[in-house]
Amino acid sequence: MCKIGIPRGMFFYDYFPLWKEFFQELGIEIIVSSKTNKEILNLGISSCVDEACLPVKIFHGHVEYLKDKVDYIFIPRIMSIDRMEYCCPKVLGLPDMIRYSIGKLPPIIDTQINLRKSNNKYKKSIYDTGKLLGKDFWEIKKAYKKAEKSYERYIYLLNKGVVPIEAIKIYDKVFKDINYSSEHNELTIMVVGHSYSIYDEYLNMNLISKLMSNNIKVITPEMINKEKINRYSNKLPKRMFWTHGKRIVGSAFSLIEEQKIDGIIYLSSFGCGMDSVLVDLVERKAIKAEIPFTLLTLDEQTGEAGVNTRIEAFIDMMKWRNRDENNISAFR
Amino acid sequence: MKITFPHLGNVYIAGKAFLEELGQEVIPPPRCSKKTLEIGTKYSPETMCLPFKINIGNYIESIEKGADTILITGSCGPCRFGYYSVLEQSILDDLGYDVEFIVFDPIYEGVKKLKNNICRALNVKSYRELIRAGNFGWKLIKKSDYLTHLSNEKRAYAVNSYLVDNIMESYYREVENTVGGKNMLKLMNEVENSLKAVKIDKNKKPIKIGIIGEIYTIIEPFVNLEIEKKLGHMGVIVEKSLTPTRWVEHHVSNFPFGSKEENEKYRLAKPYIPTLVGGHGRETVGSAIYYSKKGFDGVIQLLPLNCMPEIVAKSILPTIQKDYDIPVMTLVLDEMTGEAGYMTRLEAFVDLLERKREEKKNEKFLYGY
Repeated sequence: MCKIGIPRGMFFYDYFPLWKEFFQELGIEIIVSSKTNKEILNLGISSCVDEACLPVKIFHGHVEYLKDKVDYIFIPRIMSIDRMEYCCPKVLGLPDMIRYSIGKLPPIIDTQINLRKSNNKYKKSIYDTGKLLGKDFWEIKKAYKKAEKSYERYIYLLNKGVVPIEAIKIYDKVFKDINYSSEHNELTIMVVGHSYSIYDEYLNMNLISKLMSNNIKVITPEMINKEKINRYSNKLPKRMFWTHGKRIVGSAFSLIEEQKIDGIIYLSSFGCGMDSVLVDLVERKAIKAEIPFTLLTLDEQTGEAGVNTRIEAFIDMMKWRNRDENNISAFR
Repeated sequence: MKITFPHLGNVYIAGKAFLEELGQEVIPPPRCSKKTLEIGTKYSPETMCLPFKINIGNYIESIEKGADTILITGSCGPCRFGYYSVLEQSILDDLGYDVEFIVFDPIYEGVKKLKNNICRALNVKSYRELIRAGNFGWKLIKKSDYLTHLSNEKRAYAVNSYLVDNIMESYYREVENTVGGKNMLKLMNEVENSLKAVKIDKNKKPIKIGIIGEIYTIIEPFVNLEIEKKLGHMGVIVEKSLTPTRWVEHHVSNFPFGSKEENEKYRLAKPYIPTLVGGHGRETVGSAIYYSKKGFDGVIQLLPLNCMPEIVAKSILPTIQKDYDIPVMTLVLDEMTGEAGYMTRLEAFVDLLERKREEKKNEKFLYGY
């Protein structure tokens, strides 16, 4: 039985349930690289070009980790997942970057997913992937149907307010609302950023669990449903042509306008091209609506103590605001 | 309506004349300088790429000279250039400048919108007039590119290469005082003649370097610290993989098929990057191969810090270097780039190419066959 390696990075946090179920239904063993750790980070930094952003470097590390353990590595070339929209340029070229920066690789399965012009190509990409592994049409069709169902369950969980890190663990078990005790929470904070930086616990130094342990309800862009994202991102003066950019801006705008949050933490990685645009858009909106906003920029040299201090200060600031806002003396 | 537009190398010469032909008043921004960059860096988001910062500097400088309308092109590709207009507009709004933006988005974003914008910006009375002015502008773009190309070539061969600098400098100064297309063309012809009169040394065998990478950093001399001039004085012939002429040929005059040369580059890059990666990432890889096939000694890749498509290209270039045996150097540019370090790297690279050429010549001699 052949083994497929799935690196735990980039779009892993968006589509892993789909990929996992699909390959397992086809009777293929999948190996996921271990959670990001120091060793993987160092491997990534040494093999990747210096200019790339941290998530891409970490992805290189995951591939390095997997390359001796598997027969194939699955790195889909996700070009576009919506009409007339694109993904980040580094994602478009990710299989090429990997192929020419890391030596002695097993074959890469780089199925091209390009739905920019029409959705019809999607089915073909699925069959191409299955065919590469020597499966027949009906097997692939059946496997995909099952995978889709479990993916829907995953999306359902997210919309219910389960943080994706948790959802990946439990999507096929019992439905359980992690933010269940939300009524007791004093604050609601939106953690916004790309899925691969928000949910990689090593990269962002456990930001989400730190917030949760402080009795804070956390909302991430993936928890907002698609209709809302579309509605609010249409308020931009120009059509947003990055699917993930649209998700970030749309979800942040919707929460700001509906006044559901007390503050926003934008988690960005140094050198992220999309974020240089998106941060500006979200920050402007937040300032206009008078919602506290802070930007954490991460790179491989970020120290945990400094990040902790900033998070604590931010939380304190919001708590004091909620307590004292109406008690400010008229003498100023 | 007083029109201005951001700088892109020598495009402003053709752009100014083209708009003046159509009867518009144009205020081109002052040539990019340290001050432009300083203004731009001050008001732009910190992690934005260099072209954006220069654009902001350009706008503010020309608004202070009296401009009230800004013309720029847009895109909806994966590169962040497509979102420049929105951010720039909100930055200028915050600063309290009351200007109008006219953005030319690609045709698939809506023909009507594009048509409206063109009519508004160019003051079109009849389409015949527009086509005439367009053709004239195209001629000027080709001519001004040719002058840049000629000066680069002359600099490498000239007995006294600083003479070329003198001619070009006075040409740029003269352009600012020239109004109308016909006068511009006359000026260009004069410059061409005086460039051709520069004494050259035909025995020189200059090194040939191709400049590849991101379009803005290739074309705008201030951003790349005048790499053509610097290399020219070292006796190197420089060819740029992207020029305004090539851009127009690929995107406008051969629409929708693309020019022959660019398509050739796509074909060459196909084994390495099969699909688009936004910006000019694919062209960069293609051009490196293209230049090695044309017998160039080396290529230099230029990119602004954290340019997404070029980072993809950069990670592939070492493989090209190995496969095609052509030295590649990458220079990353941003507002912190220092001139001395840059110069050292260029000198070292040219030295390396010279030695490599010598080795090739003496190869048979050295190894005894």
